[in-house]
Amino acid sequence: MSWLPALPAGRVREVLRAPAPGLAVPSVTVDPLDPDVVALAADLLATQLASPGCVGLAATQVGETGRLFSLDVTGHPRARTCHGRFVLVNPVLVSASRWEKGREGCLSVPDFTGDVKRATRLVVSGQVPGTGAAVTIETDAFEARAVQHEVDHLDGLLFLDRVAGAHALHPRRVYL
Amino acid sequence: MSHVSGGRLLVVTVVGHDRPGIIAEATGLLAELGANLEDSSMTILRGHFAMVLVASAEVTAEEAQRALDTLSDDTLSISVREVPHESVQAPVGPSYLLSVHGADRPGIVSTVTARISAVGGNVTDLTTRLADDLYVLVAEVDIPVAADIGALREGLADVARDLGVEVSLRAVATDDL
Repeated sequence: MSWLPALPAGRVREVLRAPAPGLAVPSVTVDPLDPDVVALAADLLATQLASPGCVGLAATQVGETGRLFSLDVTGHPRARTCHGRFVLVNPVLVSASRWEKGREGCLSVPDFTGDVKRATRLVVSGQVPGTGAAVTIETDAFEARAVQHEVDHLDGLLFLDRVAGAHALHPRRVYL
Repeated sequence: MSHVSGGRLLVVTVVGHDRPGIIAEATGLLAELGANLEDSSMTILRGHFAMVLVASAEVTAEEAQRALDTLSDDTLSISVREVPHESVQAPVGPSYLLSVHGADRPGIVSTVTARISAVGGNVTDLTTRLADDLYVLVAEVDIPVAADIGALREGLADVARDLGVEVSLRAVATDDL
């Protein structure tokens, strides 16, 4: 990814699963130049890469309270705009529009899926780990959904907090 | 909180006149028995309260029935029965959402779902509603990977034409995040 600087080798971390209390803890703003934050950014990318089907990971999911997430929707069939592999520190949703319901699943809630309304047009700003550069990302479709899902994690929310109705929660169906 | 596992599995069915408090009262009695609620589903069907819940418990179905009978009357019926622990079966294939709507007439559900089961498809969730003359069915169905979806859609279109209803079968995509 163009604006992601070279990061140290990351460590694959254990991903929390609900009902782990850590998943409900809101994140705190961190310094994108802090070596610990840079190391955590690398850990998120490494953990994401090691988890099949995982396109994004919030620090909350590995039990950290720093406000950063990693994402990579490259090659996903429902992605349109794609910013490749990146980590965003201290993300803030700037604008969200064109809401659509879709079914989503989460590494931290492996046994369920849920129908959740998300904006399909999204602007999110934040900082780059390691350089501290301010970035604003304009995205849509699958990448927009993924960003909102990760920012929710950073706010201590799971998709379970946003399911669209009493019949919008489903047991995960995995067929072989 | 005590969690009962490996005990009996009880299915509790509660059907009757709807009023506020049925769930709190019924589940309160079960909690007093030390039963642990697992899966449940509740809705209102034409004004009638309808709930099925599965609970694990050390008490027998008869003991649970006796406790819940304090709640039942001529407007609310409750039945408890023990069922075996089922292993959760893997779905036969990907999920689809089946929608049917049109003028009400007998046989819509049976005709449409027969088409699904004929290809080995399995209904995992189903809701039907009637309002005035409009009948609506929404179901989630697993269709075997080997099934010919095109042929199934054609078959559904055929029965839809005969029944005078609209049918659609849409793949359900899950975004793993």
